Amino acid sequence: MSPSISLTLNGEARDIALDDPRVTLLDLLRERLALPGTKKGCDRGQCGACTVLVNGRRVNSCLTLALTLDGAEITTIEGLAADGTLHPVQEAFIENDAFQCGYCTPGQIMSAVGLIAEGRAGDDPERIREGMSGNICRCVAYHGITLAVQDATRSMTPLKKEDAA
Amino acid sequence: MPKDTGIGASPKRREDVRFLTGDGNYTDDINVHGQAYVHFLRSDVAHGRITSIDTAEAGAMPGVVRVFTGKDFEGVGSIPCGWQVTGRDGKPMQEPAHPVLAQGKVRHVGDPIAAVVADTPAQARDAAEAIMVDIEDLPAVVDMKAAVADGATKVHDDLENNLCYDWGFVEDNRDAVDKAIKDAAHVTTLELVNNRLVANPMEPRVAVGVWEKGTDNYTLYTTSQNPHVIRLLMGAFVLGIPEHKLRVVAPDVGGGFGTKIFHYAEEAFCTFAAKACRRPVKWTASRSEAFMSDAHGRDHVTKIELALDADHNFTAVRTETYANMGAYLSTFAPSVPTWLHGTLMAGNYRTPLIYVNVKAVFTNTVPVDAYRGAGRPEATFQLERVIDKAARELGVDPIELRRKNFITEFPYATPVAVEYDTGDYPATMDKLSEIADLSGFDARRKESEAKGKWRGLGVNCYIEACGIAPSNLVGQLGARAGLYESATVRVNATGGITVMTGSHSHGQGHETSFPQVIAEMIGIDESMVEIVHGDTANTPMGMGTYGSRSIAVGGSAMVRAAEKVVNKAKKIAAHLLEASDSDIELKEGKFSVAGTDKSVAWGDVTLAAYVPHNYPLEDIEPGLEETAFYDPANFTYPSGAYACEVEVDPETGQVTIERFAAADDFGNVINPMIVSGQVHGGIAQGVGQALLENCSYDSEGQLLSASYMDYAMPRAADLPMFTVDHSCQTPCTHNPLGVKGCGEAGAIGSPPSVVNAVIDALHSGGCKIDHIDMPLTPSRVWAAMTGAAAAGHGTAEGRSVGGEV
Repeated sequence: MSPSISLTLNGEARDIALDDPRVTLLDLLRERLALPGTKKGCDRGQCGACTVLVNGRRVNSCLTLALTLDGAEITTIEGLAADGTLHPVQEAFIENDAFQCGYCTPGQIMSAVGLIAEGRAGDDPERIREGMSGNICRCVAYHGITLAVQDATRSMTPLKKEDAA
Repeated sequence: MPKDTGIGASPKRREDVRFLTGDGNYTDDINVHGQAYVHFLRSDVAHGRITSIDTAEAGAMPGVVRVFTGKDFEGVGSIPCGWQVTGRDGKPMQEPAHPVLAQGKVRHVGDPIAAVVADTPAQARDAAEAIMVDIEDLPAVVDMKAAVADGATKVHDDLENNLCYDWGFVEDNRDAVDKAIKDAAHVTTLELVNNRLVANPMEPRVAVGVWEKGTDNYTLYTTSQNPHVIRLLMGAFVLGIPEHKLRVVAPDVGGGFGTKIFHYAEEAFCTFAAKACRRPVKWTASRSEAFMSDAHGRDHVTKIELALDADHNFTAVRTETYANMGAYLSTFAPSVPTWLHGTLMAGNYRTPLIYVNVKAVFTNTVPVDAYRGAGRPEATFQLERVIDKAARELGVDPIELRRKNFITEFPYATPVAVEYDTGDYPATMDKLSEIADLSGFDARRKESEAKGKWRGLGVNCYIEACGIAPSNLVGQLGARAGLYESATVRVNATGGITVMTGSHSHGQGHETSFPQVIAEMIGIDESMVEIVHGDTANTPMGMGTYGSRSIAVGGSAMVRAAEKVVNKAKKIAAHLLEASDSDIELKEGKFSVAGTDKSVAWGDVTLAAYVPHNYPLEDIEPGLEETAFYDPANFTYPSGAYACEVEVDPETGQVTIERFAAADDFGNVINPMIVSGQVHGGIAQGVGQALLENCSYDSEGQLLSASYMDYAMPRAADLPMFTVDHSCQTPCTHNPLGVKGCGEAGAIGSPPSVVNAVIDALHSGGCKIDHIDMPLTPSRVWAAMTGAAAAGHGTAEGRSVGGEV
């Protein structure tokens, strides 16, 4: 009998049978659940293109066995603007021209959402760059990505903005 | 006041939303009903003779559809090379066969030996492990100079030796250059390595081959920068499929940087196997496969000599370069160290005599071909490094030495066969001085010194030849292709426009910038224009995107097609307005009769074209759709000046980029925001080459850097914010938009400024080092610093491959 897991996937409860116990979260999303927005860049946890949120924390889905996630809450890029309204991080990426070919972008966005939630970087560019350094962008839009994360951080934490004022 | 629409405006990219929401359509997102998956068994040795292949066990494994070996491809063509270089002896280059699957020998780690097609990727992979291959090891040819020595092991047994060609340019200048160098007041010599790089687009290569039994039509979905070129090369030369029976689709492509120009074995395999297996066949490269099968870039070993007279005027340049071709000739490989490199050796300077010698060499390594800049970074690096060294030897300011030798009059015919149409090199240097705050450097250096760091400033110029290229010219130079571009402008009945372009966008934002041009020409909203690209079924024959050519050549084709549309529309408007078509003006989406208040809207004319009731049918056809093929009259010549400031940690050799500024002249600019992004990306890739990236082989030909843990690419924390400016604009004189192209500039212009800055920092700390080969990793810098007293020269390596990762 195939093992199965229960997930909350982009806000929806799902019971999923795994045809192969070795399947990673990334392959589960892309190949079995028709959610190809999460990208495979290296399959070794070295590029960050496959970043998703698991229980609110950013993880490399290529290094995460799906079988270990029973009961977890997963958010992928498809779940971020599910109601058609872009997330503030997505808005900020457009505003700051933070990408070119778009392939690493879902991972960058999920990583930025996770970083902002962690509250470790604030709007300090150096700490943002450090916090985003697990996500490679070969078009090298880090300039725009840094500005976008700064903007989104400010727009998502209005209190802090008032403090600054 | 910045514009908010049309040419010169920076509308946000319309591609953005689909990429941000995970709704892009990349090749690996395409799955065709019934598809099987292929896994390639690749050579794990650099050089060997295949003595036997036993596929019996693999073929019997679960899910396996079929196992292929080189034998299955004996009736199939060789993967062709698209450029033939002629050597100094007047003979064509040596051109080896390049089979889809290895036949007889393996020639580099990663060379595909066999392929398993199975129901799932895991089954294909498992079965590939069960194939029994016996390989008799042969000595690996890795070092280029050893490869061309007498008696060296041959990579290709049927060739005379490992020398692909020995090219001299301009051969007639050779004696005069030798004499000028002999007679010079000063000669500066520098030997250097242009390190081997891997382009590494974040999207690995993917191919899906489909064959329809009912029609005998083929479709290939592939990660390509130029689907028409793949259709021609694969169809005509490899598989013998006529173009009208073969459709090639390159949908959203996740970065290319050159390495997705070329036709690859895996594309031909999937297309061939789709028919052989009666099933669609899909291949998705793993990252380590990408490292050992994507064409690499650069890999030159060069000696350059710069001669100066007593007044410090440059009098001659002589270079000798060994250029690595790898094991086979990739699609455009022979052109890179020759016509894309030798022709740029004048740089921004009035050097009357130049001679360039290039020896292209076969080795047991992955094929090398164009990577962002392709030949031009190699030319710029040598020249701008040797000028800095000359300035130091002569005790003069390196910026002043450059200014003194700038070309200032245009058009300027160089001694290396090209004619620069426009440029203003003093202007970009002035702009650089301003935006980089060069006058504040001394104060910043003192601040660094107070922290115990050595600070250095590196400045350089660059010129590049873009917008490739005049077809008749490149034909004479050995190109086996034309280098025009095409566009069809299809006006729909209700006035909206679909532009079908042969250019391909894989991050460049064509879907945004191309409509800006059409909107400006016609005076309609950009949202009324849609760009279609990447599918041979619905775009005219085009040559694709590389060499910073899209807007200069593809954009020009689109303008020419739109001009035809406008001319025809004016005739229709003249009929509707009962006026002469010579009196019709098109402005803000309205045709009017000059000097009157009579007008008709764009949409009324387009509707008339498709509902031709009141229409001059006796004079013109219905419909409003035109195609143009644009063949450029010359290359375009973007130029600029770059400045880098670094801090070197004297304790560790760690280099940190503190400031980076770029002043570029791209001629007219369509979308400044997109151009800035292109420059940022180019600079960062150049900084990556200078400080981090090195594709490394050991002496056995093992690829040491085949993952992101071993091949360091710039991450966010490695780079500062860049200051870029493209307000110096000398428009191109020979294309309708006056544009020059911007995609490669950053990668061409940035490596020398980084290295110049590090050498400057080391000198400020008392280390009199002339040169360190890229990448300037902490260990290389530290080794050079600590060995400096003894050697006086920091060049760690005389070879292009090997050494540390």
